[in-house]
Amino acid sequence: MTTAAPHNVPETVQAETLDLAARFPGLVTPDERAGYSGWIVTADHLVQVALALRDEFGYDLLSSVTGVDYLPEGKMEVVYHAFKTTGGPGICFKVQTGRDNPEVPSLVSVYPGAELQEREAWDLLGIKFTGHPDLRRILMWEGFYGHPLRKDWQEPYYEDEAKPFKSRSPEGHVYRFEDRNPFGDNVRYPEDFDPEKWIPENPEDLLYQSLKTYRAESPDSIETEHIVVNMGPQHPSTHGVFRFVVALDGEKIVNLKPVMGYLHRNHEKIGERNTYLMNMPYTDRLDYLSPMSNNFAYALTVEKLMGITPPERAEYIRVIMAELTRIANHCMCIGSLLNDLGAFFTPMIYLLEERDLILDIFEATAGARMMVNYFRFGGVARDIPEDALEKIKGLAFERLPRILDEMDRLMSENEILRARGIGQGILTAEDAVRYSATGPLLRGSGIPYDIRRADPYSIYDRFEFDIPVGKNGDIYDRYIVRLEEMRQSVRIIQQALKQMPEGPIVVGKPQYQFRPPVGESYGRVEGPKGELGFYIVSNGKPNPWRYHVRAPSFINLTAFGPMCIGQKVADTVAILGSIDIVLGEVDR
Amino acid sequence: MSDNELNSPGYDIPPELQGQVAITTLDRLYNWGRRSSVWPLMFGLACCAIEMIVSQASRYDLSRFGMEVMRPSPRQSDLLLISGTVTKKMVPLLVRLYNQMPEPKYVVAMGACASGGGPFKEGYNVVSGIDRYLPVDVYIPGCPPTPQALINGLIRLQEKIDKQSIKQVPWYRKEPIEAIPIPILGPDLIDPRKIPQIKNRKAQEG
Repeated sequence: MTTAAPHNVPETVQAETLDLAARFPGLVTPDERAGYSGWIVTADHLVQVALALRDEFGYDLLSSVTGVDYLPEGKMEVVYHAFKTTGGPGICFKVQTGRDNPEVPSLVSVYPGAELQEREAWDLLGIKFTGHPDLRRILMWEGFYGHPLRKDWQEPYYEDEAKPFKSRSPEGHVYRFEDRNPFGDNVRYPEDFDPEKWIPENPEDLLYQSLKTYRAESPDSIETEHIVVNMGPQHPSTHGVFRFVVALDGEKIVNLKPVMGYLHRNHEKIGERNTYLMNMPYTDRLDYLSPMSNNFAYALTVEKLMGITPPERAEYIRVIMAELTRIANHCMCIGSLLNDLGAFFTPMIYLLEERDLILDIFEATAGARMMVNYFRFGGVARDIPEDALEKIKGLAFERLPRILDEMDRLMSENEILRARGIGQGILTAEDAVRYSATGPLLRGSGIPYDIRRADPYSIYDRFEFDIPVGKNGDIYDRYIVRLEEMRQSVRIIQQALKQMPEGPIVVGKPQYQFRPPVGESYGRVEGPKGELGFYIVSNGKPNPWRYHVRAPSFINLTAFGPMCIGQKVADTVAILGSIDIVLGEVDR
Repeated sequence: MSDNELNSPGYDIPPELQGQVAITTLDRLYNWGRRSSVWPLMFGLACCAIEMIVSQASRYDLSRFGMEVMRPSPRQSDLLLISGTVTKKMVPLLVRLYNQMPEPKYVVAMGACASGGGPFKEGYNVVSGIDRYLPVDVYIPGCPPTPQALINGLIRLQEKIDKQSIKQVPWYRKEPIEAIPIPILGPDLIDPRKIPQIKNRKAQEG
């Protein structure tokens, strides 16, 4: 393992401006709507422009792909955010299409990392990506009526355009959603639906068909039949309700397809009806192992939209909380990875003890162990109480460095971890970037890309810390990167504790409801699992018009299939454990 | 039978056997055995599952109540702990898991989502509480319930088991216990028990 130089972002990259309109006259126009930025590309030339962005301009990491339904204007927009793995700010480009039969060329051929995200945009918004190799629904099941994130699609419990609902506020009348639904349940059927004449189709058929798209390579030209094995959603090693289907040749995997959506809780649809502040507690439930990071990313995005900055003390509290979260998350991740490898529960229980100590601090500060709801736009909700601050100091200066050394000593040389980790589940640096992997998965492959350093947010430019990277991109490297990241987090907390000033913790008066200016905003943080981004479109109302979460666990899963092909079936569990997913974030 | 009666059953134990023989009821013995060895299905749905794992770990230690043996197979477990949001895509599998569990079996709805939909209730893919499909024995409030709340809920389940009687429980009767019909994923979730109702509404509209 090596660590990258502390400052790897050349100044020139930061300052460079890119004039796409001059490079592609007539094909690309700057987005001149008030509050918007980036470029609008004509649909026919999208692939050409994307190729140039990747190869000529160096935007090699396509981070986020999502769609926006502009119902009043009668058009759909697909929004892409691309970044350079060498650091610096990113570029945002968009494609517009009509609402009736939206079709956009797929970018999977240029950026394979777009595969799952384009499927999501198809599922939820009904945007067809021509040339996509496997365009199926991803979060809902095949056969579900409609595309839920379209603005004219209403769910069965629909009550009103935006919250707070008129029936509840200001009089405070409460009723149950079920009482208004004709079926007394959260269901709605199309007009012409007859349950007795309806012929059920197997929603899995398309999945099994797409599983057969592997290249048949048989050295001795003997045709063998491949066995299809389902794992999950109820499986102890899939870390929740994740499911994957593998096609096996003997014990060797020839193809693997992830299946998700078993925990799709409609975060984005609910978020578009909520006021901005109401979404804060929902972000806790995205990646429920690291709620503070989710709060952080969402607060940053809305602050960017509103143009406010939190006071100094709040910035330090945010950093301390985010780094504590990273340690807590990696404790859980390493613990369950070793669980999956066969070190049953002993490392897990050791590490959960440390996690619980961190949760105690959250409970003392925010009031809850897991669902903290702690950040506010322009600050944090409460100051850290004196005794919790003492606890943090005790952890950061004494306990955690000692425990991390002990864990290193107990686990890193463990024979099982090394035998099953080294050389298994290799993701090359090139592939990691192609599949839009971020976080420890990308750094384990040797790319020193950490948003805290590459595109610093909050006050991360004030701290000294190293970015651990792996060499081979195997399971063991990812484990080592996480272990080392915990040490670096401790370092950051130590520095932040020393520098933290006294002062206010929130800017201005806390507001329950406010109207940010019209525009769009993409904010991102280096979450424990990778780049956590929020894309928000505001139309000046108290609730967001579009609220999209760029979830690292979800996008890191794009690389899961390619990593597993050629491996043995028992290794899938270890590889999945080393990606570190949380289903709340995968399915949202 | 009250505790008082149990401790004085009305039989005389000969002095030489006192301290070696105890008299109790079959129900009490049977319930004591089962309540002290509830094996939950090792299965987490969402955020609540993390608190469930933490309850198993050393700090809260569920094994004090005889529940540390989590079985990954429904065939070997007694308790289905619904630890998180039940989505429409997941509910057919949950009902299937429940049907595969042998009697006696219990269901605990852990947290707001499993009890009634919780914060995500209005979502188009969320089931408004698992009790629409499975019989729930104990509801545990919280989002997520703390480990203490979970342990409290499981003690309530033990109290419930204590009150059961072999004479009355359904799984010792002659008549078979009907499996719960598996919901179907159509244009929306279809509960097979509600098909007449869905059709009826069509007739009214038409």
